[in-house]
Amino acid sequence: MPLVLEKRAERSAFIAIASPVLAIALTLVTMSILLLALGKNPLMALYVYFVEPLTDPYSLMEIAVKASPLVMIAIGLSLCYLANVWNIGAEGQFIMGAVTGSYLAVVTNGSDVGHWLVIVMLIMGAIGGALWALIPAICRVRFGANEILTSLMLVYVADLIMDYLVRGPWRDPKGLNFPTTASFDPSATVPVILDGGRLHAGVIVTLAVVAVAAVMLGRTIKGFEIRVVGAAPRAARFAGFKSDRLVIFTFLISGALSGLAGIIEVAGPVGVLQPGISPGYGFTAIIVAFLGRLNPIGILIAGLFLALTFIGGEGAQISMKIPLDLTKVFQGVLLFYVLACDSLILYRIRLIGAQSKTA
Amino acid sequence: MSDQESASHSARAPLLQAIGITKRYGSFLANDDVSIDLFPGEIHALLGENGAGKSTLVKTMYGLIQPSAGELRWQGEKIELTGPADARSRGIAMVFQHFSLFDNLTVAENVALGLDGSESFAAMSARLAQVSRDYGLPLDPKREVWRLSVGERQRIEIVRALMQNPKLLILDEPTAVLTPQEADQLFTVLERLKSEGRALLYISHKLDEVKRLCDTATILRGGKKVATCNPREETAASMARMMVGADIGEVKATTARAVTIPRLLIRDLSLEPDDPHGTYLRNVSVEVFGGEILGIAGVAGNGQDELFAALSGERLCPNEDDVIIDGHAAGHLSVTPRRKLGAAFVPEERLGHGTAPRMKLSENALLTGHAASRMVKHGFVDRPATLKAVDATTQSFDVRKAKRDPEAASLSGGNLQKFIVGREILREPGVLVVSQPTWGVDAGAAAVIRQALLDLSGRGSAVLVISQDLDELIEISDRIAVMFHGTLSEPIARAEATREKLGLLMGGAAPESIKEAAHAVGA
Repeated sequence: MPLVLEKRAERSAFIAIASPVLAIALTLVTMSILLLALGKNPLMALYVYFVEPLTDPYSLMEIAVKASPLVMIAIGLSLCYLANVWNIGAEGQFIMGAVTGSYLAVVTNGSDVGHWLVIVMLIMGAIGGALWALIPAICRVRFGANEILTSLMLVYVADLIMDYLVRGPWRDPKGLNFPTTASFDPSATVPVILDGGRLHAGVIVTLAVVAVAAVMLGRTIKGFEIRVVGAAPRAARFAGFKSDRLVIFTFLISGALSGLAGIIEVAGPVGVLQPGISPGYGFTAIIVAFLGRLNPIGILIAGLFLALTFIGGEGAQISMKIPLDLTKVFQGVLLFYVLACDSLILYRIRLIGAQSKTA
Repeated sequence: MSDQESASHSARAPLLQAIGITKRYGSFLANDDVSIDLFPGEIHALLGENGAGKSTLVKTMYGLIQPSAGELRWQGEKIELTGPADARSRGIAMVFQHFSLFDNLTVAENVALGLDGSESFAAMSARLAQVSRDYGLPLDPKREVWRLSVGERQRIEIVRALMQNPKLLILDEPTAVLTPQEADQLFTVLERLKSEGRALLYISHKLDEVKRLCDTATILRGGKKVATCNPREETAASMARMMVGADIGEVKATTARAVTIPRLLIRDLSLEPDDPHGTYLRNVSVEVFGGEILGIAGVAGNGQDELFAALSGERLCPNEDDVIIDGHAAGHLSVTPRRKLGAAFVPEERLGHGTAPRMKLSENALLTGHAASRMVKHGFVDRPATLKAVDATTQSFDVRKAKRDPEAASLSGGNLQKFIVGREILREPGVLVVSQPTWGVDAGAAAVIRQALLDLSGRGSAVLVISQDLDELIEISDRIAVMFHGTLSEPIARAEATREKLGLLMGGAAPESIKEAAHAVGA
């Protein structure tokens, strides 16, 4: 009784929404089996992962703080992916945004220059990320270089540049030789908006980005252009859309958003530039983008969900001694199921062998 | 000739019988209880519109598809074909409509790839030369395929099939890519194969050919067999009625058409192809007047695709005045500014080129409408306006669809083509360039589209139709020019454009084309 995948006449709108839900359900089942194998009580572990963080205000704020960079990066990535542009290097753009934005904080350290500083830092961060993303974009347009490889490899270059800076010229002279800059001045810090936690103004920026992206994709001719170039390149050329220009455009936007997320992270919750400012946000955002169906609202939800796994993972590590790596396994399994379930949008599963049913 | 006579004797046993063949794809029946008997020494026509199930049936006979129900009998014995290799080993050969040849390999290498490899390459090459000579299908085994014309490529496929010495030869629309003269040569070969006692299954929708060539015809419609008849006793009209299931209206040009000024000019356009096996456009010049339809005939691959891309602006021309649209030099303009000059374009490929298959019709209306229609305001898409465009097209062109705004890919070929043509015509373009307007479209939709083209020219627009369908061009064009090897002949007025004359031009052998070439060299 073999299973076959059968093409649907039209994409199923229901499955398009149900697919991530199904993927999450399958992930939970898989994780329960893994937890059992580790000798942990899966129900208790899932409670610690998914419910406990929702029960106290501090954790809720932390979820928002973690989700903010994920969502902002994933929005940019979704524009790329919709246009069939495979930017895998958001992590590098995030770091370069953090580095270029931090430059001002480092050189003005100790001299209170006023609150406009942080605004300029955010702009510089966005520019830094965008320029870093421009490299793979130009390599693809001019030389036909595969942007997956170039953007990915630039992540490690960015990482090493930051490493050099914080160990060398930008190192805090009073920092006991730790590889870190001096703590940013208050004027170089993204303000906290709620007492008793780390919830900062960057979260509001992220929400604004989500809103703008939703309008742009759904309502504007630019959004249409992005979707057509990705879905049917030849039809897009016939429509008069230039794919090369769009490669540059999507890379710039996505780099700028990643860079902005980077500088907000450094000037916000972290407060200094140092190695390890990102727990892999740029890569996790890829999962967020796909789990959110490359749709801005979906990405917001997916970002919150993945942030929950980060916070829950920390909790599980503390209270149940579940290794933090399991969180990464969890995220990988989730991406796997999301992509697998997505095929159901265009295909349906059918049992064959029961031919006699209808003649 | 005794073979041929005995073929018509009903006492003779069929070579291949298909009995009650049913093929189901989901809820869709591609073949529904189709039975057909093929006799040795007989040319059997399989007739039907696109989507009638012809391809499914022959693929079943060639082992490419396993039927959901029904059986095949080979010389009276029930068989189950496991694949094309199995079919070939029994003596069934097939020539596909779309060639499966490697452009960079030679003729002999291509043929060798299709055989089982039991003989040496040298011996195979010699046999190839022998077979091609014997049947009057001249081929040079050492030539690379990309240097060959479409007709020659088809010869490779036929010779490759004949080298297996088949008892049954299936040909899928073999004349679709041939000039009338090349088709005549092919018919001679087919007659000879028939006289050798082979069975031939000939798929076509060209009824004149079938009447001329075939002994029996089986007609399919919507996956079902409608009739088996003797085509010589039927008229083309009666067979068409069986294929379509209804009478087809004739298209009429509006009587009072005024041919005005040239609205589309192509002036001495030469263009390198962008892919290595493309066709070089050489000194193409033509004027299309307002109020006329100019047809461009030619065998596929003679530069029509390149010409369309140069006209639509998907490729830019070397000189600004190579293309002039309503008095504006447009050679350096891309697609959008050309549309803004009042030009509209319909490419050959419906899915993926003319439309984005997985997008809604309203979005596909926006695809070409964003340039010149009022569908975009300050960068924002006016959704109601795009939907209105879909509704207007649906109404004027009788586009049948399941809901108001479905995905393009869910429409049938004919309905989608009506949508694409309608989308452009409703913008009332001053210049319309259409490639293969009715390719693979059912007869009813084809009539609607041709009538719309005539009406548009009647309203004063210049219409350029690129088509491989000579009958279509003769039916609707005022003048017809022929593309051959990237050059364009002088247009011929319809009254003088006989099939023979056009056919010679399509083969590149007519005095006019020679004169044209000389002119091109001098220019």
